[in-house]
Amino acid sequence: MTTSDIHRIIDAIWRIESAKLIARLARIVRDVGLAEDLAQDALVAALEQWRESGVPDNPGAWLMATAKHRAVDHLRHNKRVERKHKELGRELKAGQVEARDLDAALDDDVGDDLLRLMFTACHPVLSTEARVALTLRLLAGLRIDEIARAFLVSESTIAQRIVRAKRTLAEEGVPFEVPRGPELIERLSSVCEVIYLLFNEGYSATTGDDWMRPALCEDALRLGRILSGLVPNEPEVHGLAALMEIQASRSRARVSSCGEPILLLEQNRTLWDQLLIRRGFAALQRAEQLSDTPGPYTLQAAIAACHARARTAIETDWRRIAVLYAALAQAAPSPVVELNRAVAVAMAFGPAAGLEIVDVLRSEPSLQGYHLLPSVRGDFLTKLGRFAEARTEFECAAALTRNGRERELLLKRAQECLIPPEPC
Amino acid sequence: MKFMLMFRSVTGREVDVPPCKELAAMGDFVNDLTKSGVLLATEGLHPSAKGARVRLTGGKVAVKDGPFTESKELIAGFALVQVKSKDEAVELATRFLKVAGEGESEIREVIEGKTE
Repeated sequence: MTTSDIHRIIDAIWRIESAKLIARLARIVRDVGLAEDLAQDALVAALEQWRESGVPDNPGAWLMATAKHRAVDHLRHNKRVERKHKELGRELKAGQVEARDLDAALDDDVGDDLLRLMFTACHPVLSTEARVALTLRLLAGLRIDEIARAFLVSESTIAQRIVRAKRTLAEEGVPFEVPRGPELIERLSSVCEVIYLLFNEGYSATTGDDWMRPALCEDALRLGRILSGLVPNEPEVHGLAALMEIQASRSRARVSSCGEPILLLEQNRTLWDQLLIRRGFAALQRAEQLSDTPGPYTLQAAIAACHARARTAIETDWRRIAVLYAALAQAAPSPVVELNRAVAVAMAFGPAAGLEIVDVLRSEPSLQGYHLLPSVRGDFLTKLGRFAEARTEFECAAALTRNGRERELLLKRAQECLIPPEPC
Repeated sequence: MKFMLMFRSVTGREVDVPPCKELAAMGDFVNDLTKSGVLLATEGLHPSAKGARVRLTGGKVAVKDGPFTESKELIAGFALVQVKSKDEAVELATRFLKVAGEGESEIREVIEGKTE
């Protein structure tokens, strides 16, 4: 086997095994940074040895055994150093397990360690950027250059961000554990937030030339699926998975062949991925079975499911969507949710009802400068035949948007208000 | 990226229901794949005796019932996985074969919109 063959195989095995490897090692050495170094060491050892002896029958187990040995060596060495410091002959501290006991203690499900790793990588002592980078590195097994490419920053920026994050975790003494009680829910939402942020960055990229970066969506989906396997009784985790599966099902339909975005109601629905939709429905059902009061992710998934169920845009159940947005506005109040509710209400009950909601939002400070507010208002006014007012709104929206294509479209709509259609 | 893994077993090994031990090992394997977030769908297939082949040649349709004794290898199952690279799909197929036994796994990338 050539060196490049071995490299390719090891790359693939790393992708599959690294999170489990790092998680288990972190449990042994209680230091995420050190755990990653030890896992990397095992990988280097594999590269050397497998070139001679070929890939072992169970490469995951081989890596784990090698890495564990290194971890135990590390602990022994540390103990030796510690003992030297504290005079020879003194008893080992209580709580410090011997290598033999360690193996027995570690014989349980690696899932618990993976979950600990997720909570640690998404710990609130870290900045959002650091959580995202660390999660991609430690849990999705991405290389530094892959993460850098995903966020269009330099490799050294990402490398530094990860080094700093690991240092912060060590300095703050963040324990490698799954939080309990009320803290669990709070910390779980931090994990979900990181995963959904990754998904969104891939789904509607805020930077760069591409409207979508599918690889990032897939990484987020994979993490979401792993998480729902680890905490199967948490409804919002299934809600998040459902939301991502259903949104991802539209990937093929939301970009034209020349790279332009296509809005939901104009998409060719036969391009939607039915397998992902079904997976989304199944996850949504689990979420709904687990809780009587659905959380924000479950509600958003339920809204996405309404669209997925409609074979054509005209068949959309806007009344149900309006009800779901009202529930979402209660569960997670935000002006943007309210604006979306206005659109759903207008579709269900007519433009006047939508306009009522939007008019309240006009005084909302956080929406000043948000081009979709005047754009939506302009749309309602057009439908109500109030063309002069509509035109002002579209012009205002055109001035606010940063997207060239969108500006063209808005100016066109403003222009159309000058020549209102003949009443028929 | 998505890959379809098509498992072809040696003709002589076609069985209706695999032995319990094999079934349990396969169950564990599928469970692991699901938990790792890569498995989108998978199914095992009944022996070709229960199947048929439909062929269109020169505008004429010919239907032939199974078993397909002339084939050396027969499709016995498939899996649809979402992974980061073809190498990862190859590694998964390798692991699958070690559980499923003698045969071949063909790995094909699924067409998804515009190719990069």
